Amino acid sequence: MELKSILATDCGSTTTKAILIEKIDGEFRLKVRGEAPTTVEAPFEDVTKGVLNAVMEVEELAGRKLLDGDNIMSPQKNGSGVDIYISTSSAGGGLQMMVAGVVKSMTGESAERAALGAGSIVMDVIASNDGRLPHEKIKRIRQLRPDMILLSGGIDGGTVSHVVELAEILSAANPKPRLGQNYKLPVIYAGNIKAQDQIRDTLGELTDLDIVDNIRPVLERENLGPSRDKVHDLFMEHVMAQAPGYKKLMSWTDAPIMPTPGAVGFLIEMIAKEENISVVGVDIGGATTDIFSVFSGKFNRTVSANLGMSYSVCNVLAEAGLDNVLRWVPLDIDRKELTNRIGNKMIRPTTVPQSLEELIIEQAIAREALRLSFKQHKEFAVELKGVQTERTISDAFEQSGSGQSLVNMMDLDLLVGSGGVLSHAPRRSQSARMLVDAFQPEGITQLAVDSIFMMPQLGVLANIDNKELSEEALKAALEVFHKDCLIRLGTCIAPVGKTKPGTLVLSAHLVFQDKSTQTVELHNGELIKIDAPYEPIKVILTPAKKMDVGSGVGEPIETEIFGGVTGLLFDGRGRPLDVPIEKDKRLGLLEKWSNAVDEYPKNN
Amino acid sequence: MAHAYTPGLKVLHQSDVEKNRRLPIKGKVVKNIGDNVSPDMIVAKTDLPGNVQMVKVSNLLNIGPGDIKDAMIVAIGDHVDKDQVIAEMAGLFGLFKSDVKSPIDATIESISDITGQVVLREKPIPVEVDAYMSGTVKDIIPEEGVIVQATAAFIQGIFGIGGESRGEIVMVTDNRSDEITPNHILEEHAGKIIVGGSFISLEAYRKAISMKIAGVVVGGFNYFDLEPILGYTLGVAITGSEDLGTSLVVTEGYGKIYMSDRTFSLLKEHENNFASINGATQIRAGVIRPEIVIPLSDAQKSNIEETRDQEIGIGVGSLVRIIRAPYFGKIGKVKLLPSELNKMESETMVRVAEVDVNGDILIVPRSNLEMLETN
Repeated sequence: MELKSILATDCGSTTTKAILIEKIDGEFRLKVRGEAPTTVEAPFEDVTKGVLNAVMEVEELAGRKLLDGDNIMSPQKNGSGVDIYISTSSAGGGLQMMVAGVVKSMTGESAERAALGAGSIVMDVIASNDGRLPHEKIKRIRQLRPDMILLSGGIDGGTVSHVVELAEILSAANPKPRLGQNYKLPVIYAGNIKAQDQIRDTLGELTDLDIVDNIRPVLERENLGPSRDKVHDLFMEHVMAQAPGYKKLMSWTDAPIMPTPGAVGFLIEMIAKEENISVVGVDIGGATTDIFSVFSGKFNRTVSANLGMSYSVCNVLAEAGLDNVLRWVPLDIDRKELTNRIGNKMIRPTTVPQSLEELIIEQAIAREALRLSFKQHKEFAVELKGVQTERTISDAFEQSGSGQSLVNMMDLDLLVGSGGVLSHAPRRSQSARMLVDAFQPEGITQLAVDSIFMMPQLGVLANIDNKELSEEALKAALEVFHKDCLIRLGTCIAPVGKTKPGTLVLSAHLVFQDKSTQTVELHNGELIKIDAPYEPIKVILTPAKKMDVGSGVGEPIETEIFGGVTGLLFDGRGRPLDVPIEKDKRLGLLEKWSNAVDEYPKNN
Repeated sequence: MAHAYTPGLKVLHQSDVEKNRRLPIKGKVVKNIGDNVSPDMIVAKTDLPGNVQMVKVSNLLNIGPGDIKDAMIVAIGDHVDKDQVIAEMAGLFGLFKSDVKSPIDATIESISDITGQVVLREKPIPVEVDAYMSGTVKDIIPEEGVIVQATAAFIQGIFGIGGESRGEIVMVTDNRSDEITPNHILEEHAGKIIVGGSFISLEAYRKAISMKIAGVVVGGFNYFDLEPILGYTLGVAITGSEDLGTSLVVTEGYGKIYMSDRTFSLLKEHENNFASINGATQIRAGVIRPEIVIPLSDAQKSNIEETRDQEIGIGVGSLVRIIRAPYFGKIGKVKLLPSELNKMESETMVRVAEVDVNGDILIVPRSNLEMLETN
């Protein structure tokens, strides 16, 4: 079947977004986008109403008929209807899971990785060695009322008793699912194969138990696939089926509905694989911030459940501390007044910054939300723990080995940002600054933002497993991702090393496509922006004696880099980036950096 | 006519208020449809399963988990008292007998020969739900609770702390711009709901708690004063379970903000009337705002038509409050809702409203407006 048009929706907790993709002159492009408030809550309590409203907006903007009454017309005929309709969802708080493992840092962590990879929010990790007494664990399980539990523990053929003990705790807690009182709580067992019968005896009656392959069959290997797939299936069968209107929505879609972050993760993993690069992706929302990374081919996702820009904006303030937020504000502002303003954003989360001062404060908080979320991600995206590695005497001095973070900023090739504060910043240079200040990329890193946050829809489109459609759908997803979804901001070049303020840290010789050349001399503490479009630029980067820009201390690099809507950012501010605490010094530096990238309107 | 979808806070002189009074798990409903109820009356009750303790019997007796069943002297379902022996093992030649005693009064829930553990469950915990406000039982939710209905004045706040409370309304400031100071709070206000104008300081709120005031309704409170009250920095606006004794309902926001004229006047109108308040706030999908419910007596009820479905949005002529700087707190009437996008000082492109505030026309993003729902 030749695919001509695709309609995709993402049902968020507040807004339902719809996009229409069409094949125009042989290539797939985004045609229009519409949105409407999500209708999961009273008085509507039917998610399809919001979907229809968003699709109606798409109909109006595209000037063609997609709906026949309350039905999406499919396939496309005489210019009406679409060939495929797909959807993702995070409405109703998304998928909320609890995971359990015998050793917190081993099977517990593997279970957490599987649940996060499937797109869920992990409410708690229960482990035999988590320091809590059994009755405390039981109380916690009862309180949280998760949508689903993933139970793991033990390598295949190992000790049985610890994981059965966890099952007994679950059984004693007898948790009730969050949605709907009339169905049993789904529990997935992905632990020691030898304990399956006992787990069945303990939990079979009480819960809706599914048994899949062990998540950690041997210490040295994780096997997350079967658990992740089962989470997706159960999300559809149980959790979504309980949410109002989802049964109807499920009957409309041509592929299973995916949890929103699961779809984004799938897309990022695919891009990293296809281009053989390391990628970090971030989606900063109102309540949560999701971070996805692929380093050395290993995918990781974390969700910082209470770091966001509206509902949880005060939590950013609480976790980062007022001083850390203020270090990004190039204004002299009363501290107490600032906390009241941030508090007011939390209690009225849908407001937008009208004044420049409000925008600057919001972007300062975003930097801290991103920084904290990324810190959590780096701590989580690690090599498997508990694995014995052979060491030489020199390794013993390095103290590396199991549990080391996979995130290496010098290896990072592409940093992609999405979410309101990054995608809708009035100037793209503001998005670039937020990404660079928060993530502090090292060496050469390309920067991009998702233009209108359509990665979820493209993720589910790329994941269609219908044989007839999958190849074309994947092609469509990739074409739209590169042409319409990603806005290439440019490249950040940040040498790393210790030097004195004001000394030369890097010289760069640039040769543009039109053969014109430019030389850049970057000093410690400087930020320089060079305008350059998204096209290949030949560059020779020569770091100073003690500096490294990717190929070792003092070693020059000759390579090709890309500009973008912001251009090239030469960042000589050092890593980690220290902003002075003294007010006068700080304000002066912030203003200098801001002016260097033309971040804010000048007359203010 | 152009509309903007912006939910607002309700300030209603007369409204049909319904409250779901549900148990956390299934239980027994003790009222019938049509029953008149007062706030303290119990409408449903149940028993929560008791807390659980796990005893590692095999370890304590130094035996394998598989031998536990031989050692147990009580069975599943048996009731045991604290310190009662539940398992014992004869030692070598019948000497050095060792035993395990129950740490609590409980029922034996399970005995596992895989882990060697015994699960003991304490007595069930009774849970009751009261009616919260005076009214009539309109409907029964089988095995879960009731729906209480009342014709009442109804006011929503923007943020609150502390759960449900009730008491007589007392106005402690003369106008909506005055702060509640410690001097305003008197011994005779114990068990009552005090209402003030623009602000209450930490010191005054602490005094209210110490004087056992049932609740405080006020325009503003400092965000940074929440920490000393709650004992933690409030990161996410989910409140209601705090055990403060004095619930707080903030009607306008953080900082010193005059209480809206309508809210203050309506509360003043009901001075000395009995009200139920709830500080519980959840700002998430499915938002819960704090509230003040003042059930009306038959004499107080009027025949005016209710204006219930006003959440359709803001239109020209709507009374709105601006909820973000630089015009935070100002109230005005919508003059125009132009359809094209406008560039703000922040360079953000947004749909705006032209709002008449005492003769000044202000251009404000529509999403920075809150409709004042009144009747």
